[in-house]
Amino acid sequence: MSDSLKLQYVISDEDFTRAGEASGDVKSKLKMMGVNPEVIRKVSIAMYEGEINMVIHANGGVIDVIITTKDITMILKDKGPGIKDVDLAMQAGYSTASENVRALGFGAGMGLPNMKKYSDEMNIETEIGVGTTVTMKVYF
Amino acid sequence: MTVNELKNIPEFTLLNEGEMDKEITRPFCCDLLSVAMSKAPAGAAWVTIMGNTNALAVSSLTDCACIILAEGTSLDPNVVHKAKVQDITLFQTDLPIFEAALKVYQLLEG
Ligand SMILES: Nc1ncnc2c1ncn2[C@@H]1O[C@H](COP(=O)(O)OP(=O)(O)OP(=O)(O)O)[C@@H](O)[C@H]1O
Ligand SMILES: [Mg+2]
Repeated sequence: MSDSLKLQYVISDEDFTRAGEASGDVKSKLKMMGVNPEVIRKVSIAMYEGEINMVIHANGGVIDVIITTKDITMILKDKGPGIKDVDLAMQAGYSTASENVRALGFGAGMGLPNMKKYSDEMNIETEIGVGTTVTMKVYF
Repeated sequence: MTVNELKNIPEFTLLNEGEMDKEITRPFCCDLLSVAMSKAPAGAAWVTIMGNTNALAVSSLTDCACIILAEGTSLDPNVVHKAKVQDITLFQTDLPIFEAALKVYQLLEG
């Protein structure tokens, strides 16, 4: 455990202009560590989609990132509305994004499918009215 | 072909000069960010109408070579500034998306 790197990012509520900064920071850290570019791409996509979902669907939250020599774990925790039907939410094309958010280019309903596709392990814990925690792992 | 060569397209206006020596692999057109996120090839000259900072984030996370804002799309006020900070090359054009991408393609295949 001594050679693991722990990072924490507070994702603020509705701050579209800053969304992507946490994933960008992780990306540049992995780059400096010399991680394979394909792996960096997977991490970047998975984390960005999770980060943006926290902003547009859940009023922000906290992301914990743990980097070891073997893999990276991203834990995205929010106190948003929760997801009623996770299987439905995971379907490509399913989105409850508002008109405002769609006008910015979100709402294709591809975020969760991207997270699933580009992470090696993914788990969603969610409770209506309490919040959602998405945990993703990508192997190096 | 590097991003720098896109300066030769008269219809393109350079809004921010980022890394101009990046290699362009091909033009890529998409306005849905999470689709672009998973489909944009590294080195893409990404043609879009999404002139916002989220497009910048997608571009930098997917290693696009540059962004070309087509259809004379209006920009969010902080976009050019953010592009400067992130070193992302940004062009703007009144051309429709397809025609803008075609210009890039023709120069690439030149
Ligand atoms: N953290 C979250 N809290 C509450 N609901 C969520 C959360 N993440 C996703 N959802 C729900 O799952 C749906 C699907 O999410 P997904 O990321 O696939 O698509 P989207 O965010 O709507 O659009 P896109 O990601 O393509 O821009 C969302 O529309 C929303 O209803
Ligand atoms: Mg999403």
